[in-house]
Amino acid sequence: MGKAIAAMGGFLQRQAQPARVVDLCGRFLPFAFALAVICLAAGLISALVLSPPDYQQGESVRIMYVHVPAAWMGLFVYAFIAALGGVGLVGGHPLAFHAARAAAPVGAGFTAACLVSGSLWGKPMWGAWWVWDARLTSMLLLLFLYFGHAALTRAFDDPRRGDKAAAVLALVGCVNLPVIKFSVDWWNTLHQPASVFKMGGPAIDPSMLLPLLLMLGAFKALFFTLWLMRLRSSVVAARLRAAAARARGAAWR
Amino acid sequence: MSFSSPYAVYVLASYGAAFAILGGLALLAWRDWRRVKAAWERLPGRREAP
Repeated sequence: MGKAIAAMGGFLQRQAQPARVVDLCGRFLPFAFALAVICLAAGLISALVLSPPDYQQGESVRIMYVHVPAAWMGLFVYAFIAALGGVGLVGGHPLAFHAARAAAPVGAGFTAACLVSGSLWGKPMWGAWWVWDARLTSMLLLLFLYFGHAALTRAFDDPRRGDKAAAVLALVGCVNLPVIKFSVDWWNTLHQPASVFKMGGPAIDPSMLLPLLLMLGAFKALFFTLWLMRLRSSVVAARLRAAAARARGAAWR
Repeated sequence: MSFSSPYAVYVLASYGAAFAILGGLALLAWRDWRRVKAAWERLPGRREAP
């Protein structure tokens, strides 16, 4: 068992070398992009053409197919960067910080997409673009946590200090994730309660669940595409900074 | 989807806004990669691909 763990650790250590990471990102990118395009095409056709309108909300229910997967991705990416921050703080490997820094703006994008699409759904259904309801407010707080993470990574001259501060913020901000998920159960909210991830299984018709899952697949593949693109840029930028620092040192000597 | 529905404009606006945000992020990521790749290729004495 100990030997297996050591072998796994050695394998991961070899894969975490900067040149290898850039190579792996380049290899996985076309597959992630192709998967995103296929799922997006299938998801959009089934969301906008094949799925039926809702008996109460009519055509406006189609906003759900972009709003709900974007919300799930906002939560997933935040948990992902918190986990990477924890790995970075405990293990001290810079790749974990690069990976978290590359993921954060993409997560912020999904959260912003969720808030904007929710606002555009709220106006025709609730008669208001925005209400200070527990679900909406906690989701807005998540967006601010993403902004805080991005700001902290750039706030110090030494990038490692910024990465560590951002990792602490990401871990502390995890408290907000169950608040978002259960806000509709804990408080009286205008936002509807959960209909997919709930006790007793999904309370949603398969004709609406399928496009929802296809769009979730598309957003997930799109996230990995953007994350891989940003991760390899981040690693190469760090190698460029290291090369520039070496050149400055050589010139000074 | 019925475009005669009074909600069609909200549906199209929500899809448009979401994909504009994600598309903008994709363009920024692509531009960053082109920039660092070009800088790496200008680096004197580099031996391998970035």
